[in-house]
Amino acid sequence: MEYRSSLGRVRGLGNSKEGGIGHWWAERLAAVALVPLTLWFIYSAVLMTGADIVQFKAWVGAYGNPVLLILFTIAVYHHGQMGMTVIIEDYVHNEAANLIAIVLVKLGAFFSATYTIFCIARLTFGG
Amino acid sequence: MASGDRPLSPHLQVYRPQITSFLSIVHRLTGVALVGGALIFTYWISSATYGPEVFKQAQSILGSWFGRLVLLGMTFALYYHLANGIRHMAWDIGWGYEMPKLRLTGWLVVLFSGGMTVLTFAVAYAIAGA
Repeated sequence: MEYRSSLGRVRGLGNSKEGGIGHWWAERLAAVALVPLTLWFIYSAVLMTGADIVQFKAWVGAYGNPVLLILFTIAVYHHGQMGMTVIIEDYVHNEAANLIAIVLVKLGAFFSATYTIFCIARLTFGG
Repeated sequence: MASGDRPLSPHLQVYRPQITSFLSIVHRLTGVALVGGALIFTYWISSATYGPEVFKQAQSILGSWFGRLVLLGMTFALYYHLANGIRHMAWDIGWGYEMPKLRLTGWLVVLFSGGMTVLTFAVAYAIAGA
């Protein structure tokens, strides 16, 4: 005899266990930010085709560019990390492999974003 | 929770291919590819912090035939994921679920990303010469 209701048994499992709505919303918020940032970045990167380091540093440090580059970095890695998490949740069914992959993706994105921001600051302020 | 041998969503193997499902799969593939693009971006930015020689090497690797091929793919992936992402946002606010609209916006995404990729590379070649 099963006393628990069907809803009671599934509540807190699957996507609802870690706040599916919050994840869904954060992924889209970063996506909204990425629309203008990506178009700006492609335009800028094309101008840096074949540039030497003097031109490159001048571009990174130009007024407003470090802020846009840092915003782009945060939005890219934040959005990418969340997208990869969903894909891992969909396809990696082994529980241990799933957990390890998600932890690696999240920590790897956090590390890469932090390192990139540090490099942008260093190119901006010299050294 | 035992799910037995039932196929789990997304049903890549049991789904009849059509433009809607194909574009959806490409959205995920380009998303994964762009994670590689983000790492190339980090490599590019960070190389300049190691001095002129290392940056020059990075520029020549990215400018080699193989680098250009990868960047061509990344450019397409970026435009595609951007345009199809906007398509996703339209769905999120409840617009565009009718089949004719789904097909039309799908083809618009393909045309936009293809056209913008060609345009971007044309501009890059005009700036840098061959």
